[in-house]
Amino acid sequence: MADTIILEVARFSPERDSEITYQTFEVPLRADWMLLDALNYIKDNLDGSLTFRWSCRMGICGSCGMMVNGVPKLTCETLISEFAPGPVRIEPLEHFPVVKDLVIDMDVFLEKLQAVRPWIVRKDEGLPQREFLQTPAQLDTFHQYSLCINCMLCYAACPVFGLDPQFVGPAALALAERYNLDSRDQGASERTDVLSQHDGIWDCTVVGECSTVCPKGVDPSLAIQQYKLTATKEWFKTWLLPWGNK
Amino acid sequence: MPQYRQFQPKPYRPEMRAYWYFDRWPYLKFILREASSIFVAWFAVVILLQLNAVISGPTAYANFQRWMATPAVFIVNVISFVFICFHAITWFMLVPRVMARQVLERPTPDLMSAAPSFGIWLVASVIVALFALRVI
Repeated sequence: MADTIILEVARFSPERDSEITYQTFEVPLRADWMLLDALNYIKDNLDGSLTFRWSCRMGICGSCGMMVNGVPKLTCETLISEFAPGPVRIEPLEHFPVVKDLVIDMDVFLEKLQAVRPWIVRKDEGLPQREFLQTPAQLDTFHQYSLCINCMLCYAACPVFGLDPQFVGPAALALAERYNLDSRDQGASERTDVLSQHDGIWDCTVVGECSTVCPKGVDPSLAIQQYKLTATKEWFKTWLLPWGNK
Repeated sequence: MPQYRQFQPKPYRPEMRAYWYFDRWPYLKFILREASSIFVAWFAVVILLQLNAVISGPTAYANFQRWMATPAVFIVNVISFVFICFHAITWFMLVPRVMARQVLERPTPDLMSAAPSFGIWLVASVIVALFALRVI
């Protein structure tokens, strides 16, 4: 195995550039290095102006998602040796505005996330007198969706979001389903307007790549298809039992 | 938008390439799956033409058969058959995604949920083949 590997890193300076350019760096090829280690090597030793997000280095904060050879990945858990002999192209997450170099503007995602009310909604007033008990079976219905770390890799993998930025998108829809399926939650009807609109679940054409690229094994595609079933049943109920919602 | 944003440098907004689906195999597979609906429509048209020929009498049906045997139509039909198989397989594999899993006690493996669709397809194909070969 060679001692070094070439990284082609996307660069963009908002004051200077009108589009992304690529800069080549030669970095050590170490068996125990993740791509994030190589990026930090560049920042520490080759070019201190290279800008990227990172925090936990153990695949839980969801900050270091980038396009690696065209595929969205968390760079803190992607071995650089996988790409030997190289070169490796590293770009900011696709479908998002680029603020600088590898940093994207995540506001568009945060707005969508907030819109689906991803928290437990209760209709009873006042503080509960005791904790809400939940059986393991009830937990199983939504547990995998609760593993989402908001890394946005699924948005970068979703061509529907790329073509239609109004699409609520995989992670926000999966998290909405996570709370809809939670036995403690009573907010499903409040989420319906956002989820069941055209830009919600019905925009999804089941490409399925959101589930493939998820580093935490969440299956947003399944959440969306399952909610399509729920929304269809609810729609039929409003026709068959029009008095039900009164 | 916060007020201070107007003084910030503008971010770069990348646009998707027109041929984005050539970038990766999963995207190309998705587009081929979507495009296969054209061939499904073609087969529906062929069946309608066949029915029309059957209703119109022996001469019309013989003309229809001659038209089906022309090289161009034969090639289109072979391509259509491949795409329709691809369409059916990918469609059946999506069935477990939209099944009411919550009705079941435990989530069933995807292949097991898809198996009945494949089974019915196989049985129907065998019956049609037996008719076509005049076994029954």
